[in-house]
Amino acid sequence: MEEYTLLRQFADSWMLLMLFAFFIGVVVWVFRPGSSRVYRDTADIPFRHDDKPAPAQGKAKEART
Amino acid sequence: MSNYLKLIALGLVTLFAMMGINYARDLAYQVHAVIVMLVAGGLFLYTLRRTDEPALAAGSLEHEYFDSVVRAGVIATAFWGVVGFLAGTFIAFQLAFPALNFDWAQGFANFGRLRPLHTSAVIFAFGGNALLATSFYVVQRTSAARLWGGNLAWFVFWGYQLFIVLAATGYLLGGTQSKEYAEPEWYVDLWLTIVWVAYLAVFLGTLIKRKEPHIYVANWFYLAFIVTVAMLHVVNNLTIPVSVWGSKSVIVWPGVQDAMVQWWYGHNAVGFFLTAGFLGMMYYFIPKQAERPVFSYKLSIIHFWALIFIYIWAGPHHLHYTALPDWASTLGMVFSIVLWMPSWGGMINGLMTLSGAWDKLRTDPVIRMMVISVGFYGMSTFEGPMMSIRAVNSLSHYTDWTIGHVHSGALGWNGMITFGALYFLVPVLWKRERLYSLQMVSWHFWLATIGIVLYAASMWVTGIMEGLMWREVDANGFLVNSFADTVAAKFPMYVVRGLGGVMYVAGAVIMCYNLWMTVRRAPAKEASLSVSVPAE
Repeated sequence: MEEYTLLRQFADSWMLLMLFAFFIGVVVWVFRPGSSRVYRDTADIPFRHDDKPAPAQGKAKEART
Repeated sequence: MSNYLKLIALGLVTLFAMMGINYARDLAYQVHAVIVMLVAGGLFLYTLRRTDEPALAAGSLEHEYFDSVVRAGVIATAFWGVVGFLAGTFIAFQLAFPALNFDWAQGFANFGRLRPLHTSAVIFAFGGNALLATSFYVVQRTSAARLWGGNLAWFVFWGYQLFIVLAATGYLLGGTQSKEYAEPEWYVDLWLTIVWVAYLAVFLGTLIKRKEPHIYVANWFYLAFIVTVAMLHVVNNLTIPVSVWGSKSVIVWPGVQDAMVQWWYGHNAVGFFLTAGFLGMMYYFIPKQAERPVFSYKLSIIHFWALIFIYIWAGPHHLHYTALPDWASTLGMVFSIVLWMPSWGGMINGLMTLSGAWDKLRTDPVIRMMVISVGFYGMSTFEGPMMSIRAVNSLSHYTDWTIGHVHSGALGWNGMITFGALYFLVPVLWKRERLYSLQMVSWHFWLATIGIVLYAASMWVTGIMEGLMWREVDANGFLVNSFADTVAAKFPMYVVRGLGGVMYVAGAVIMCYNLWMTVRRAPAKEASLSVSVPAE
């Protein structure tokens, strides 16, 4: 089988399936139980640390209000 | 020690550039060799004067953000923006009044030479600097960490400016490989690759040392933009130079494959440079300006993966009715239509961030600017998939409708979100309490908006008219109109388009004045820029 045909067949079978499955996986992952709480915290990231970086080690928790 | 290595490298580059001036086979290469010689030679002297000097007792800078490079990026964005808009307005009038292709400037400043200068100035110089500046700002704030790599960020900034200067002078002197949005010749491409890898290293390095456990969604979009542009740029510029001493090079892809690679690049330059990167800006600056978190973080994740999985396939819709196989152009068309969903998902996410704060639209012209930019994003991502349908494309392709579509996206979405980000950034970066004048922001908003409406409306009319005139046949099957007939019929719309451009430039000049006065006159929050706010 020539290279083109081989790659073409792989692309529109297994690769297509893999990409599609990955995408569905992402959607399922986003709606996993408990995700809303995590994402509420993540969505607040822009409102912390406006003026300076978080302190070096171990204090990261305190710096977050 | 590292200074000695730098001096050796800079000296060699200067020497090579000098030889380049002598051996150059074409004018563009010769002028570029002069520019490279001056830059490398100047840097050699600069480094030499700092070698073996006692090092300043600089403490660790890890406790403050690296904002000086962001400030430089903001200035560069405003400067290149005005340059690019002026070039665009001028070539718009060149189309309306061909006498503006001056005889004395033939071969340098006629439409064909200035057109790539305009597109690259607005996309890569204005848009690129906006992306550099905002990505450096956003990745630091959302990672709670200083930029990685010390002065590497400065190398990225100045290296990118050098790329812009080489590209722009090359176009005027005829150094172009004639690939749309990828015109620079091989050595400029190589330089951009080096700068881009450094950019990726700074961005990734900062993400890796982040103090926040999660990577905020804006950084995902920025990262996708950086990585994909690297891939597109390298594959689309795989050329073999004819000579080290000349700018001409030959692409390795044959015929239709080259066309496919070019539009895979070209459309994803839109998809990842002008969409993904600017969505990163949207996901940071709209929540900041509205002072509320993004409408749905879940939607933003789905938006991200859907957008990057689908955009990459849409390129073939630029090649309907060409030598490209039908299955490939159908694939591009189908994926373009599927793109409606992530695009509108993202638009809804941006707009709904304002839910509960819609009153801000009345009082805050900056948020108005951001909202209309997302509105234009929605409109142009509706129009684009429609134009990618083969039947519609048979009317719209090669007409001014395409130009109108591009500009409603570029002026509306990219321009307006960048202006919004600049209005947000300047008071923050120069530690001012507020902008100099909100009234001027309102003037800018209305000038720009009406300018875009004039532009887009006139291009719709002239594009559809042109498409219909080209295909009109009489009872015997002969074409009714000659090409020159269509050109003559388009004159009034060309003038309206030029006026729209004038309004858009005027708005941008008002913005520059306002930002300048913000730095000069607005009440300061702190005396010095380098001192960060003490912890409460």
